[in-house]
Amino acid sequence: MNHDSYPDAYIRGILNTVKTIAMVGISPKENRPSYFVFKYFLERGKRMIPVNPGQTGKDILGQKVYARLADIPEPVDMVDIFRASEFVLPVVQEALALKPLPQVIWMQLQIRNDEAASLAEAAGVKVVMNRCPKIEYGRLSSEISWMGINSRTLSSKRAQNLGTGFQRMGLGQGKKEEPSGS
Amino acid sequence: MIMADAERIPGFNTLAVHAGAKPDPTTGARATPIYQTTSFVFDDVEHAASLFGLQAFGNIYTRIGNPTNAVLEERVAALEGGTAALAVASGHAAQVVVMQTLLMPGDEFIASKKLYGGSINQFNHAFKSFGWNVVWADPDDIASFEAAVSPKTKAIFIESIANPGGVITDIEAIGKIARKANVPLIVDNTLATPYLCKPIEFGADIVVHSLTKFLGGHGNSIGGIIVDAGTFNWSRDKKYPMLCEPRPEYSGIVLHETFGNFAFAIACRVLGLRDLGPALSPFNAFLISTGIETLPLRMQRHCDNALAVATWLASRPEVAWVSYPGLPSDKYHALAEKYVPKGAGAVMTVGLKGGFEAGVKLVSNVKLFSHVANIGDTKSLIIHPASTTHKQLSDAQKVQAGAGPDVVRLSIGIEDKEDIIADLELGLTAK
Ligand SMILES: Cc1ncc(COP(=O)(O)O)c(C=O)c1O
Repeated sequence: MNHDSYPDAYIRGILNTVKTIAMVGISPKENRPSYFVFKYFLERGKRMIPVNPGQTGKDILGQKVYARLADIPEPVDMVDIFRASEFVLPVVQEALALKPLPQVIWMQLQIRNDEAASLAEAAGVKVVMNRCPKIEYGRLSSEISWMGINSRTLSSKRAQNLGTGFQRMGLGQGKKEEPSGS
Repeated sequence: MIMADAERIPGFNTLAVHAGAKPDPTTGARATPIYQTTSFVFDDVEHAASLFGLQAFGNIYTRIGNPTNAVLEERVAALEGGTAALAVASGHAAQVVVMQTLLMPGDEFIASKKLYGGSINQFNHAFKSFGWNVVWADPDDIASFEAAVSPKTKAIFIESIANPGGVITDIEAIGKIARKANVPLIVDNTLATPYLCKPIEFGADIVVHSLTKFLGGHGNSIGGIIVDAGTFNWSRDKKYPMLCEPRPEYSGIVLHETFGNFAFAIACRVLGLRDLGPALSPFNAFLISTGIETLPLRMQRHCDNALAVATWLASRPEVAWVSYPGLPSDKYHALAEKYVPKGAGAVMTVGLKGGFEAGVKLVSNVKLFSHVANIGDTKSLIIHPASTTHKQLSDAQKVQAGAGPDVVRLSIGIEDKEDIIADLELGLTAK
């Protein structure tokens, strides 16, 4: 995968497929970007699992916090990393030791570690770096367009409502372009 | 670059028609609906809280955002190659919101001397009363921009094609100075439009427009817009507290860290527009977005007509000089070839041998040209700046801004060029 530029279909496929997301480095403070992303996907029906050794045993938005990925007692589809690039490698190694393997390792905006990415890709795990899944979801669902943001998407099909209110949009549109089985 | 993610980057004409305007999600309406509403119901209490806390994307209240305005915003952002945009009530409002987001009282910004007269007034008077101090520099002497930089400098402001003089500003050279000073370069791209010039490609960090002019294009709506290039690092020197410090208005959110490369547009919306209040009417946004669909067609015709008119005027005995960078003999022709190769825009100034009187006579005797204080209409427009738009400037400032007593400003429309020329001939030769 070229990590400078991801095809929309790749990102859309990931965001449409993953159901359980473990977020490593989540902050319990409601003004932090990690908290925003966690809350956003919780509201969109994803199972969200907070991972932060400083918060072990506490709850974030009603979800129990684990110290390490290995402590999570259920399969995880995606590991979303909110740690600086230099701390990413051990987290990825931990993720690759999970059974079953996660399908996706995602590193947030400003976070990129090519060594860790190669390890994950060699194990058959998809990688996204230096992107925010909330922004990508907002972009591909057209939600972000309400904020005047350039979604870099054009379409003659209408955006689809998620069905849980007027303003939450889904990724349904474009489903057909996705590679099957991913 | 902003488009790096897309599999295939659509062309300018396609973006002008489609960007921002998917069919309406609720009704499937293909034209953009005019959401003539002040407010939007929340899905539930939690959703309302998320929106107010900037944790979700969505609509609250039309002073802060509106789906019709959002189509316009995304369209202009796409055409300029920016990450996001914010539409506001006028071009002047765009300038206020940008400066309020960047400057604190006592700060300075550097501005080109060759600007729209209204902007010169705004900077010299209104902005000074806010404690935002303008330091003027001369675009014909690039070193004067560098010399104007001080520790208080927070931004540099220029026009790509300056109104009314037909000056082409060397965006790239001034962009380098801005980069060195680590301040954003703001380019007013009103006269060029992104069809002729995309300032972001030459180093602009922020682009502003009076949408009132060529983007709207039909002389029917006042509007303005701010485009975020997504290029500036707001956190580097901790110089921009609106962007890099926790905001008390939003429980301590740091906008740059939260919104990354579109943080400036968000700051202008959730702090500037929210608190200062110059919201654009959705009806105007609808008219302007519709206008933009034909921008590439109109702009090329404007330029082709303008070049024909300028060439004709330059050959007339009544005319002392024509300032239009599209003319090969023009002082700014080399810069025009670099920055606006498809055409030098529709606006030109003409010096009449008969001075002030001849200007008044021309304005009075034309029949097709409308005598108005505007530019960028489908119709050809004429004005005598010294007695109108630039009247409040001192004589020296008038000359500096290219609006001396002998000067007439033309904004060439998209009528048949033969008719435009015949009308000017009538005006010039009338007894
Ligand atoms: C270059 C330029 N910038 C800004 C403005 C101000 O725009 P508005 O009249 O929409 O406030 C104008 C208007 O003439 C203009 O020509």
